Amino acid sequence: MNNWVEITMKLNGKTVSCRVKPSSLLIDLLRDEFKLKGAKPGCLEGECGACAVIIDGNAINSCMYLAINAEGKEVTTIEGLGSDDNLLDAVQEKMLSHGAVQCGFCSTGVAMSIKAYSEKMKALGIKPTREEIKKTLEGHLCRCTGYIKIIDAAEAVFEEGSEM
Amino acid sequence: MTKEFKHIGKATQKFDGKERVSGKAVYGHDLELPGMLYAAILRTRYPCAEILSINTSKAKALEGVECVLTAEDADVHNISYKRDHPILKKGRVNCIRDEIVAVAARSKEIAEEAIRLIEVEYRVKKGVYDPFEALLDTAPIINEFGKGLESFDNKNIAEAFHYEHGDLEAEKARSKVIVKKRYELPRVTHACMATSNITADYSPLTGRLTLWASTQVPFLYLRDMAHALKMAPSNIRVVQPVIGGGFGSKLDMLPFEPICALLAIKTAKPVQLLYSREEEFLASPTRQPMVIDLTTGADEQGKFTFRAVEIIMDNGAYTSWGATTPFVMMQTFSSLYQVPACRFDARAVYTNNPFAGSFRGYGNPQATFALESNIDLMAEALGMDKAEIRLLNANYPGEITGQGLHYNTCGAIPALKAVVEKGRYHAIAHAPKEGRYKRGIGLASMLHVGGGAKIYRSDGCGTTLKLDDYGYLTIITGSNEIGQGSETVLAMIAMEELGIEQDKIKIINTDTDVKPWDVGVHASRTSFVAGNSLLGAISLLKEKLNKKAAELLHIEGPDFVYENGMIRVDAHEIKIDKVVRDIHFMPPHQLCEVSFFYEPSSEFQDKQFKGDVSGSYAFASQAIEVEVDTLTGAVRVLEVHVSQDVGRVLNPLGLQGQIEGGVATGIGYALTEEMIYEDGLLKNPSFHGYKLLTANDMPKVHFYPIETNDGAGPYGAKGASEAPLIPTSAAIANAVANAIGVRFYSLPLTAEKVLFALVQKSVGTPRRCATLSEHAQIEKQKGHGF
Ligand code: FES
Ligand code: FES
Repeated sequence: MNNWVEITMKLNGKTVSCRVKPSSLLIDLLRDEFKLKGAKPGCLEGECGACAVIIDGNAINSCMYLAINAEGKEVTTIEGLGSDDNLLDAVQEKMLSHGAVQCGFCSTGVAMSIKAYSEKMKALGIKPTREEIKKTLEGHLCRCTGYIKIIDAAEAVFEEGSEM
Repeated sequence: MTKEFKHIGKATQKFDGKERVSGKAVYGHDLELPGMLYAAILRTRYPCAEILSINTSKAKALEGVECVLTAEDADVHNISYKRDHPILKKGRVNCIRDEIVAVAARSKEIAEEAIRLIEVEYRVKKGVYDPFEALLDTAPIINEFGKGLESFDNKNIAEAFHYEHGDLEAEKARSKVIVKKRYELPRVTHACMATSNITADYSPLTGRLTLWASTQVPFLYLRDMAHALKMAPSNIRVVQPVIGGGFGSKLDMLPFEPICALLAIKTAKPVQLLYSREEEFLASPTRQPMVIDLTTGADEQGKFTFRAVEIIMDNGAYTSWGATTPFVMMQTFSSLYQVPACRFDARAVYTNNPFAGSFRGYGNPQATFALESNIDLMAEALGMDKAEIRLLNANYPGEITGQGLHYNTCGAIPALKAVVEKGRYHAIAHAPKEGRYKRGIGLASMLHVGGGAKIYRSDGCGTTLKLDDYGYLTIITGSNEIGQGSETVLAMIAMEELGIEQDKIKIINTDTDVKPWDVGVHASRTSFVAGNSLLGAISLLKEKLNKKAAELLHIEGPDFVYENGMIRVDAHEIKIDKVVRDIHFMPPHQLCEVSFFYEPSSEFQDKQFKGDVSGSYAFASQAIEVEVDTLTGAVRVLEVHVSQDVGRVLNPLGLQGQIEGGVATGIGYALTEEMIYEDGLLKNPSFHGYKLLTANDMPKVHFYPIETNDGAGPYGAKGASEAPLIPTSAAIANAVANAIGVRFYSLPLTAEKVLFALVQKSVGTPRRCATLSEHAQIEKQKGHGF
């Protein structure tokens, strides 16, 4: 049962290979092997969203995702957001300017969810309503902000003229 | 004199926000040290039992296990301020959290496996889970360690408070209405998004212990840790990693912390201990659950006459800071609204439940829920308007309360008026309640300390400033950032006063070996105390700079303006870094470094708990509109109107965040959150079973700050961050009563509870009347009055 499996995935834009146990969780692979500590272990039970990463365009709780399933996938973590020109992604900028970050433990997961959602909506040419935004954020627990500023930030991402 | 500010009062992004939103910030869970071991704790299986034997031989034999620790191997003192809490238990266990064995191993998996291999034999005993039962003569002694317990009149009392002012009997006699009710407040928990954690390292060569600990009170923690481990406090260094939520949960030092330190000492290696979420629910602090018997009176005009309060708190098996929440509650009962007479008794009673702790609001949400419910009931009995009765009795500037609190400034009346008007209180309260969805609105106010709280021998904060040769400022502050935004406020103050840009400011605030003393993050004190401390340090720094600038500009003692990196008067100006270099490189060669310690003018209260305990006081009111689905019982909060005397708004963006976050926690307390314990066992230790609000549940929150410009605070500011959750549950319960005509005396108002009450009301009313009169008959026959 301890037979290790070799997987290859695209992690933050780079192709990487590694050996994982079939039972390994993606969050552990990211945090312990790749030292990408931005995905946070808030519950490890799929309830809080702090560990969210983007897999092939969808925000996924990495604590509920087996590392072997990342084989062939494109995985983006918070460390993969932003570019050389803009160190922070527009989502992160909006979160800061709207005061959506307090202790920050939920923030990286929230940012990944908003990012995935905004990319998807952008591709479809849809500007979601505030109620729809709330629905997509429902999987994220935050004990500091009361969510309002997080929702404001997400809404601002969809405002016209906002870079995405 | 209102000065135009460049930064104060302007929405400012979080100073340390970029690090947090990018994954760069290093939280306790992200730390890794060379050769680090991982710790795990074996806790008891039963809440009340004798331990007959502990067999650790299999765990010790497991490859990769480096240390197995039981009470027998630990030469330590008990912890908690009552010293009634052994960090590792032997002989008996007293609550379901109890730590029996700890393990350090080369991996998390090995540590957990070792824990599974430990065998403990118990003799299970019947525990006491109800504090009233614990007070009976027949109850066993639950905790025999506590200091000073002999002074109480019952063996299971851990702590007791008595307070009084005024002539209670005379006030009672002249009361037109007297309302007596019992309120029951549940156990809820902080649910910080980052679970509890610690990383410890020890060098036998130097005898120094370094702790990366998520404490809110590092200097008190260091002292407690030293006592527990029988070490010299100065040999302990506390470094705070980035903290993922505090809310009061990190005031008490818990057993896992000295346990981890001991594992590091025994192995001479770094050791890390991280709680799982389940462990967090099980073994981190909670709000103090309690039963409040409240009797209040008012005269014919509706003026309050007296309050008599008796509180029984479930202390759990050991004492935490939660036992001292009466200290805050008595302020609310004695001094929120004008009260001629008050008598207050609170007792914390040992049970075999877990102990509580401190939680944002520190007893005040409980007290305010009871008091503001009673006020509504008195208004109803007098046929008075609920806004009017509050305004009639509201606190006012210049008032000195029966407890001796001095309200130098007081925004109670404007706050009340703001929410009544903006919340359209009267229109909604009196609108007809028809149909399935019934709407109602409720009011509640609160009083809380706004300028720290002198409960320790010092309530001060130190600041050291370093202005370097390049004009960069390092603020070394005793205060801590736990997400609440204090770094941002400090940076704003420095920008305002010294004209230095934000990217030239650095804040050092995490290392007790470096930073000056501060009592910690609690009592909404950080902006107030650390802000004043920083202002004091800045004026020392300016003395130095002014002197040199005057010399260099060849002018005498003028009032300099600090702006855009320049020191200026009229047409003369000089770069601030040039002045620093001249101080440094020219005789008599000095550095631009200063230190200042600020101690608020507040008093230590006397033995009767009288005295002006805070530098200022914060007042707030909320009007909350709810909608009750009478078919399901679900309560939905629609609009929350918050008005709060914050003294002055320093950072509107940060303040609004504190308000919204506080309100969210308050709504959770009112509607959804409850730790369900049955015979000492927690039934819902997960986010699945313990319901936090989500984005979808949040109502609109409207905030109307009241600026009273209190002379004691930095720029007139008062503490602000606990207040927004304090009156929330009371206002919601009052709103639900307005909507459906049913009043609740306990929290949370779950759909189930509301529906049950609605059903009882509709089908039960006629029958209930009959039962009541029958009951009266029976009582009469038995010779009892009614
Ligand atoms: S840590 Fe993955 S959902 Fe909470
Ligand atoms: S910012 Fe602290 S949990 Fe969301």
